[in-house]
Amino acid sequence: MNTSDELLKIHNLHTGFRIKDTFYDAVDGVSLTLRKNEILAIVGESGCGKSTLATSIIGLHDPNNTRVQGEIMFKNTNLATLSEEEFEQVRGSEISMIFQDPLSALNPLMRIGEQIEESLKYHTDMSKVKRNERVFELLRQVGINRPERVVKQFPHQLSGGMRQRVMIAIAIACKPQIIIADEPTTALDVTIQSQILDLLIDLQDETNAGILLITHDLGVVAEVADRVAVMYAGEIIEEAPVEELFKRPKHPYTRSLFNSIPQMNAHSGRLNVIEGIVPSLIHLPRTGCRFAPRISWLPDSVHEDHPTLHEVSPGHFVRCSCWEVFHFKSEIGGTTS
Amino acid sequence: MWKTILRRLIIMIPQLFVLSILIFIMAKFMPGDPFTGMITPETDPTRIEELREKAGLNDPWFVQYGRWVGNALQGDFGKSYTFQRDVSDIIGERAINTFYLSFLSVFLLYLIAIPLGILAGRYHSSRLDKTIILYSFITYAIPTFVLALVFLYFLGYQLHWFPTSGSVDIKYEEGTWGFFWSKLYHILLPAITYAILGTTGIIQYLRSEIIDAKAMDYVRTARSKGIPMRKIYTKHIFRNSLLPIAAFLGFTITGLLSGSIFIETIFGYPGMGQLFISSIASRDYSVITALVLLFGFLTLLGSLLSDIIMSIVDPRIRIE
Repeated sequence: MNTSDELLKIHNLHTGFRIKDTFYDAVDGVSLTLRKNEILAIVGESGCGKSTLATSIIGLHDPNNTRVQGEIMFKNTNLATLSEEEFEQVRGSEISMIFQDPLSALNPLMRIGEQIEESLKYHTDMSKVKRNERVFELLRQVGINRPERVVKQFPHQLSGGMRQRVMIAIAIACKPQIIIADEPTTALDVTIQSQILDLLIDLQDETNAGILLITHDLGVVAEVADRVAVMYAGEIIEEAPVEELFKRPKHPYTRSLFNSIPQMNAHSGRLNVIEGIVPSLIHLPRTGCRFAPRISWLPDSVHEDHPTLHEVSPGHFVRCSCWEVFHFKSEIGGTTS
Repeated sequence: MWKTILRRLIIMIPQLFVLSILIFIMAKFMPGDPFTGMITPETDPTRIEELREKAGLNDPWFVQYGRWVGNALQGDFGKSYTFQRDVSDIIGERAINTFYLSFLSVFLLYLIAIPLGILAGRYHSSRLDKTIILYSFITYAIPTFVLALVFLYFLGYQLHWFPTSGSVDIKYEEGTWGFFWSKLYHILLPAITYAILGTTGIIQYLRSEIIDAKAMDYVRTARSKGIPMRKIYTKHIFRNSLLPIAAFLGFTITGLLSGSIFIETIFGYPGMGQLFISSIASRDYSVITALVLLFGFLTLLGSLLSDIIMSIVDPRIRIE
């Protein structure tokens, strides 16, 4: 794990959205490192800022109503300061993205072949013939056996799994170093999910790309991720290698997430839920432990005033010291909540 | 696809049959008849009655209808009471005039509306967009006859830039270039008037389609591929946004063949719209029924045409 492996280094990133002329940070001081040949999973509830983080990295936010501050260092350039034209050179060629819903993410009026070929056209100087060859090769690479047929088809003629394979072919067309996968399996049914995840892993073995996997599905994380960063209310609250995190989750939020996974052998017929809701962007208190309101049974004194990430074991970081004394309500009172 | 088209055409037969009965009855419900207008204090009422009897107007409606349908099936729509000529001849002459006018109108309409709609959508909420919106609302608010009269008065009577009525100058032989130019010259002002006033729908529709398309996931995908925004507009957004407009073309074309009643009447242009109004005024039953039937047929045809266009431009829709 030396620094030469580092592909992307995010430092103190703030991404804010304009709401009535004030910017509210949806990503609030995130620092992260993505290494070569690594799958880094970003986990969190809806609205925690994980997708915003992804769009900031690839520069897909709406420039008029979004403010990106901080450092996103990639190949000695700060992506956060690039102009739209400069970013166009990076997008698709060095950083690419896979989206959640492959049907809406593909142009309904354009043939599959043309959609894959498009990024080759803008980022390489291949001839038309070469590009077509490359499209066939890409389709085979993502496990589509009859590329000559699929290139002529339209998105609606393919199944969900096939479409996502096409999306992946588009993403890897120019051999990018970083692939951002934003909930790549959420819209697919379970049997297809694992096929797509296997495909991602296989492709990574071939390309050594760094993959940033945005998901809320802990099952997916366990299956493919190398490292995990858990986000809550715009901050990373815990970061650890995947095995470490699953075996020894520390932060009350992470533990609550694991606790809320339905268990088949549970005696109680009720689901464990996390009390309260994710605070809205506008009303979010910007100081103190942001998770404190949802573990209200703990005294205020256990939280830090300005919580920072502490390294509790090598590579395992936890925000706020409240984790040291955290217990579930059920563990204290003996009743389930 | 050919099978579907044939099937749709066959389905039209009962539709047209029902339509023809309705038209026939409604035309008969109109007070008066073709001979009412000829009555003067000196007219002998028995003479009028004789004419009515001779024209078959005293028979029950279904007898009249049967006679009319029987003849119509043989291509004979009867004689116009007013013009004393075959209805099909009169409509034929008018239809060709209306066709020229409509063709130019639609051409100019799309020539104005599509670029404006695209610009408004592309530069959404900019000053340009607001100007285009303002233009489209103003032209929507102006009644056809007002603009037509203003144009006719200033550009026709005052400045003598355009002819004020008719469809062709009588001094030209048919088939010569002079004849053609004269025809074009005569339809220019009515077509411009029509085009200016008809743009609102297309501009607004196209604009909102483009604004919607901009927020689509496939546009985000295209951006993630690093395609310049300019190219995303031409290759992804515009094509998707023009789909509904293309589909609407079928209706527009056939709709226009029925002629614009106001425009043709005000500009004294001998087209179908003008013929329709004058035949209603003179209770010229045979012309009215033939015209309404034709308009009905064109509407059905327009919907078929729209479906065909849609299946050509949108791969998701295929007529099997």
